[in-house]
Amino acid sequence: MSAVTERVAVVGQAVPRVDAAEKLRGQAKFVGDMSLPHMLHGKVLRSEAVHARIVAVDASAAERMPGVACVLTGRDLAGIDPYYGHSIKDRPIVAIDRVRFAGEPVAAVAAVTEAQAEAALRAIRVELEELPVVATLDEALAPGAPEIHEGRPLVPGLFHGLGELAPREGNVCYRYAIDRGEIEAVFAHADVVVEGKYVFPAVYQYAMETHAVIAHWEGDEVTVWATCQHPFLVRAELADLFAMPLSQVRIVVPYLGGGFGSKSYTKMEPITVALARKAGKPVKIVNDVGESMLTTRRHGLEARMRTAATREGRLLARDVSCSFDTGAYADNGPRVTATGGDAAPGPYRWEAVRVRADCVYTNTSPSGSYRAFGATHLQWIGESQVDEVARRCGVDPVELRRRNLLVPGEEVRPGGKPLDADLLGDVEKVAAAVGWGGPKEPWVGRGVSVGLLAAGAHPVSSATVRMEADGSVVVLVGTTEKGQGARTVMAQIAAEVLGLPLERVRMRATDTRYTPYDRSTGASRSTTLAGLAVQRAAQDVLDQLTEIAGGEPDPAEYVALMRKRFGFAGGELVGRGEVAPKGTGSYAEGPVFWEVCCGAAEVRVDPETGVVEVTKTATCADVGRAINPQLVERQDEGATLQGLGNGLFEEMLFERGVLVNDTLLDYRIPTFEDMPGEMTCVIVENEDGPGPFGAKGCGEGALAAIPAALVNALADAGVPMTELPLTPERVWRRIQELKEAV
Amino acid sequence: MEISLRVNGEEVAAAVEPQELLLDFLRDGLGLTGAKRSCDVQVCGACTVLLDGQPVSACCTLAWEARGRDVVTIEGLAAGTELAALEDAFTRHAAVQCGFCTPGMVLTVQALLDAGELPGDEAGIKRALSGNLCRCTGYKSIVEAVRELAAR
Repeated sequence: MSAVTERVAVVGQAVPRVDAAEKLRGQAKFVGDMSLPHMLHGKVLRSEAVHARIVAVDASAAERMPGVACVLTGRDLAGIDPYYGHSIKDRPIVAIDRVRFAGEPVAAVAAVTEAQAEAALRAIRVELEELPVVATLDEALAPGAPEIHEGRPLVPGLFHGLGELAPREGNVCYRYAIDRGEIEAVFAHADVVVEGKYVFPAVYQYAMETHAVIAHWEGDEVTVWATCQHPFLVRAELADLFAMPLSQVRIVVPYLGGGFGSKSYTKMEPITVALARKAGKPVKIVNDVGESMLTTRRHGLEARMRTAATREGRLLARDVSCSFDTGAYADNGPRVTATGGDAAPGPYRWEAVRVRADCVYTNTSPSGSYRAFGATHLQWIGESQVDEVARRCGVDPVELRRRNLLVPGEEVRPGGKPLDADLLGDVEKVAAAVGWGGPKEPWVGRGVSVGLLAAGAHPVSSATVRMEADGSVVVLVGTTEKGQGARTVMAQIAAEVLGLPLERVRMRATDTRYTPYDRSTGASRSTTLAGLAVQRAAQDVLDQLTEIAGGEPDPAEYVALMRKRFGFAGGELVGRGEVAPKGTGSYAEGPVFWEVCCGAAEVRVDPETGVVEVTKTATCADVGRAINPQLVERQDEGATLQGLGNGLFEEMLFERGVLVNDTLLDYRIPTFEDMPGEMTCVIVENEDGPGPFGAKGCGEGALAAIPAALVNALADAGVPMTELPLTPERVWRRIQELKEAV
Repeated sequence: MEISLRVNGEEVAAAVEPQELLLDFLRDGLGLTGAKRSCDVQVCGACTVLLDGQPVSACCTLAWEARGRDVVTIEGLAAGTELAALEDAFTRHAAVQCGFCTPGMVLTVQALLDAGELPGDEAGIKRALSGNLCRCTGYKSIVEAVRELAAR
């Protein structure tokens, strides 16, 4: 392949989204909007028990009800190995011998109408024998705690990417550790030691579109229309579950109504495919919001952390132990735990670091990916300790970071990618944007935060670019369009390479039957990795055109060149682009790049009510090169509001393992009226990314940065907090404690 | 029960169940899938349609309640010409991301615009649109697009 051409005309421009009109006019189709002839509707019977042994499931009455095609229970899974899970194969398609959380699918009904399926659910008799409930991390980690996966050895899934997985220890399914330097010796001689215990709650991603799946068997092949971010990984898990070749499982993903990690990996696909197999007809399952909340969430976290420094404000060591509550099934818990472990030290020059991060089963709903996982959990804790060091040393927090932050090329963690961003520059920009150093009224505070997120996941992506006889171009790449603007950005990249106007290039929806392989759409990887594959595929087409032309082709001649090549008004040129790991692509060798999580906030707290008003936020999108600056800003703005929700009020409440706020009435997400007074996104383009045109991914960092900036701003206003979210009640109580302590 | 109503300017007569929601009637009965189902409890606004010109949550409105009345969905609005200004503003500000909240958002804004009640100030816009959630944009671009629209 020749050197990649870098003419810049479409890339770097805020071109309008290619899907705007379709979406504004209500024409964009989502899985829930689709139906097939003779399609049945599926409904899931979910366990009310939190932890129980299944004695019997009697569906005979339900099967005789009007419109009912079939009822799927654990007994129907006898012919296959029914356990799945991309990191650990711990989850049955429907509960078989045990239910491990309230909300776990125990059976599913396929019927002609939704109402008939609902009615049949109520006729299924489930006999259970209650088991002791392990509702919290403390209970799960207590000596002699009941084991939620008792009797089942840990079976690694296809895509954990974390090397050799150790056997399960009690309820701990994965441990991540970092040891560098002589931790105890450094702490013993430190002038300043900050330490504390911290709590981060379980939260819900709330993609507005809930999980929806249509499964349709035709002979020995199955087609699945699914709300999934990673269709190729879902395909592999379905093929594995149903013992089929990959080539006989087809996943189609139309537009996704948001993802944010909630549609990462396999969710409602196996149960829908199993139900359709038994029914012998297409089946559609659409979750309601409460069901989707029980399908995936963000891990709750408890952590202990201490940080050592000199009295002059030089950071020396950090010691972290934390537990991630992964719920009843691992889902992406191990990866979340490893990423959190990597985020725990923060991007500083340490003499010693110790991290112990555990992924722990409890009898609650399973936790998986949510935007900036791991980093969001740990950054606010670490950054609040950095600010506390600054306070105790009498050093300005930005100055303290100036002295201690890693610089490009320095080691972030042993064996991994060195730092690839100018963190101090980023901190200074966001600090300036919230008026750092300016005068403040009482009960007003400002805070900054900076961290790193291991981004990119496993670096395998491929793309096909097809030039048609009329010179128009189709881009096929596995990235799913979930709102981030992939179809616009991928089209921009191909248009740029080929020197075509954007309207001559179309990226199509992902269909694993036709679209080349891409690992996933998450971990801020698509523009960087899939984008690079698209760039290479477009270059491949350009190289072919160059050969036909016998020199550098002019885009105005493309049609003539196609005619020259094929001798008539047909034929096409197919370009292929691939990204594969240089080494093994393992988590330990990574990441593909370090995503910068940098933000600042200004808050005003009302001491009478504990209400925190966010007056300013700023985030830094350190993207190497912005392919579409407007879409970069939207990523940061959306992540800012989610960070504000995660920081200020979002919290899933469990009572003895039962989710009690499972509607949008009780689980509140940010509205227009929760917007910060001022919201700034600073785009930094140092062309230091591994992606096309020097780009690297974005969109997650701001979500990790904002809760941390809010906590630091609130501490600056006089109210240091160690538990999220920063609800008025919690903040007010803290203010009273501080008053009493005076 | 038999009902008759106008949907996007067309007379429709249909049999509905007493408990049938307007949202299901539109989506499943008439194939008008532009109105989306999300929260089911009148919080998110994704199912917004216009009932006699007023935005309502179709997830919490019975089909029966729409009898004899005039329903406009995003499909009906898009078929006319009045969407042009809004479409232009939302597109230029990239106030659209995943698109799931978008039809409801558009109908709410358009109804205010048509009634001459679209606020031009930021606080007013936020208040007026607080019944429509969006998890993607962070709202800023929508506020900017609406402010521009109100100033026209």
